[in-house]
Amino acid sequence: MTDPLVKVRDLKIGATVYPPNAKPHDIAIVHDVSFDLERGKVLGLIGESGAGKSTIGLSAMAYGRGGVRITGGEVWVNGRNLLETTNSDLRKLRGGEVTYVSQSAAASFNPARQIMEQVIEAAVHQKKVNRAEAQKRAVDLFRTLGLPDPENIGSRFPHQVSGGQLQRCMTALALCPQPDLVVFDEPTTALDVTTQIDVLMAIKAAIRDTGVAALYITHDLAVVAQVSDDIMVLRLGNTVEYGTTDQIINNPQEDYTKALVSVRSIDHEEKVPSDKPLLRVENITARYKGTNVDVLSDVNVELHPGQTLAVVGESGSGKSTLARVITGLLPQTAGDITFDSRALPRAQKARRRDDLRELQMIYQMADTAMNPRQTVGTIIGRPLEFYFGYKGAEKRQKILDLLDKIEMGPEFLDRYPAELSGGQKQRVCIARALAARPKLIICDEVTSALDPLVADGILKLLLDLQKREDVAYLFITHDLATVRAIADSIAVMYQGKVVRYGPKSGVLAPPFDDYTDLLLSSVPEMRLGWLEDVAAHRKMEAAGN
Amino acid sequence: MIKNIPFAAMVGLCFTALYFFVALFAPLIAPYGMAEIVGEVWEPASADHWLGTDNIGRDLLTRMIYGGRTTIFIATMGTILSFVTGSVLGFLAAVLGGWADQLISRFVDLVMSIPSLILALVILSVMPVTVPVLIVVMGLLDATRVFRLARAVAVDIAVMDYVEAATLRGEGGAWVIFREILPNALSPLVAEMGLRFIFMVLFISTLSFLGLGVQPPMADWGGIVKENKDGIVYGIGAALWPAVTIATLAISVNLVADWILNRTTSLKGGRG
Repeated sequence: MTDPLVKVRDLKIGATVYPPNAKPHDIAIVHDVSFDLERGKVLGLIGESGAGKSTIGLSAMAYGRGGVRITGGEVWVNGRNLLETTNSDLRKLRGGEVTYVSQSAAASFNPARQIMEQVIEAAVHQKKVNRAEAQKRAVDLFRTLGLPDPENIGSRFPHQVSGGQLQRCMTALALCPQPDLVVFDEPTTALDVTTQIDVLMAIKAAIRDTGVAALYITHDLAVVAQVSDDIMVLRLGNTVEYGTTDQIINNPQEDYTKALVSVRSIDHEEKVPSDKPLLRVENITARYKGTNVDVLSDVNVELHPGQTLAVVGESGSGKSTLARVITGLLPQTAGDITFDSRALPRAQKARRRDDLRELQMIYQMADTAMNPRQTVGTIIGRPLEFYFGYKGAEKRQKILDLLDKIEMGPEFLDRYPAELSGGQKQRVCIARALAARPKLIICDEVTSALDPLVADGILKLLLDLQKREDVAYLFITHDLATVRAIADSIAVMYQGKVVRYGPKSGVLAPPFDDYTDLLLSSVPEMRLGWLEDVAAHRKMEAAGN
Repeated sequence: MIKNIPFAAMVGLCFTALYFFVALFAPLIAPYGMAEIVGEVWEPASADHWLGTDNIGRDLLTRMIYGGRTTIFIATMGTILSFVTGSVLGFLAAVLGGWADQLISRFVDLVMSIPSLILALVILSVMPVTVPVLIVVMGLLDATRVFRLARAVAVDIAVMDYVEAATLRGEGGAWVIFREILPNALSPLVAEMGLRFIFMVLFISTLSFLGLGVQPPMADWGGIVKENKDGIVYGIGAALWPAVTIATLAISVNLVADWILNRTTSLKGGRG
């Protein structure tokens, strides 16, 4: 019996941390992880942030990023233990036998050089292929990956192709030296859902055609289920579960895996709209200063008290701009906004204090939405003091009540944002918005920076609060699973226009318009063979047309 | 806290503290009166006069101590004035943006385009040269440099979501500037303060040397150099003592400033 291509045994990875008030000490990031990878197979590494999945992926190249060290175990690639290999041999291996695809292609390509030069570099340097041969290979790969104009795309510069295309170019870069193993580190996470599916199909086809083995790292179980043969679930550097994709998805054994598989299973009954809307946006058109392109054109939506309107679209569709117009940060060029049956002035400065109070906002990045120099108590307490004039013990009590509402204890009162976890930060931001006793909260991608399970908790909290406080949400997101979980009505935006709008049941039921259909069918589903089904379906439709 | 201070910063801190201590308690420490003539012209160092006497027979150590008091006082006041004006205007420009920013920034550019020493000489030649006037002129001229830094730092902070959140809440400019921006801009500004303080010491010494700074019989380090510069020709070292004190003060304050800068810009702590 031949050895597998990659054999990892009891891998231990550690790093040194430098806490502000203590001596530097060593911590373990990965504990005794073992796995095998055969030629031509794909292993998915999945876990939340901090699970050690990227660290393990990079260890297949015997590389530790930012002070991370491999402290024990064995990493066998092609019959060699990489941990006992000299640095010069490792250099030959990296980029030759093992290659790497990173999350952000835009940040990884050299903007000053043509794509072709960068794609063939590793092949020419590491595998001593001559340039003409390497270029021919690259063009073949461009074709396999479904890039437009494969003969000439290599002569473009990185900024001249789209994000999804660049990610595919990077896959070509990794495959060009004909490696034995490719490490994909979250290759589709930064992409829109409609772009992600194309890249996924391209990657899958390329893996199949070249027969290369791959480690596929992601936090999205639905994505990894489409491309991998085996899946390893990681949490805090430990292996939670390791098995075939079929077993992990259809028959998970561990509680943590079960939670991951069933995430976003919140059931939400659609509410019936009242006769008087809380917010009415009529014929809104807006553009940024100094440009003559309408970012929003003729947008009409309504939101009823105590309900949720989800605004969905890919990046650049104008959904965040709509939030800025409603808050008054970007005055519209035409159209009217009616809030609580009175007209809202266009500019934020001209609005009454009660308008400002009743319309609150929660941001995507909780990190930057809170002043790092203010304690949780100050952050939540300021709106109480500012709008209602609470002081002293009364204010303290109100802050504690709010902390209780977001399921956090009084011990958080004097903490600074840096001392909170990602989910806790977002909860504090919710409490700050609630402190103003608003009628409407604009949620701008509030869960997209969070891990799935944490995001789930935040969504449940928001729904719970809506029931108790009767607050309406304008929920901006690109994630359709979130929309299904919380929305009462939905507006689908594309290039600054609302292309589909109505109650959830209507928007998510056929017949669809082309864009909504594309959007809906692009959301990865947690089942095997989904990607093939979509591909086949789209091929049939294309043939039918 | 104390044991974490690196050796160089500790040395700097000790010397800086020593200079400020001497400046504060000058009348108690100095052996003679400030303008008291106690001996012959340019006597060498002796038990009575540790550094000798100056060009008209005053005790040089006494002059140095009182001179340090004047120099450090003016430099400190000038630095405080320049930081208050510079950073308030800088934050204001960053927060207001638009034409207000243009107005303030272009005016500052205009002032900065004229070498500050020449501008100071022109202004002081038409104004009565008193200590308050010196402080105001030097402080305002130096505020242009502080403005540049404060504005650059604040522009980065003003686009953060938490500032937008405060604006959306309806907060006024004072809260935004003093509660949202200032705490986050403080560390780079404090580090810059150390450097600017030394520039102030050099500035006031230069002015005094040229005769448009502190007026006799008051003592200050630049003035002592001016009074005793002719002695150098005869091998009298009296004019060199102020140079020694200015140099050591500059180095020690900079050692402290470097340490603060290192602490606050390290990757581990971010702006924290």
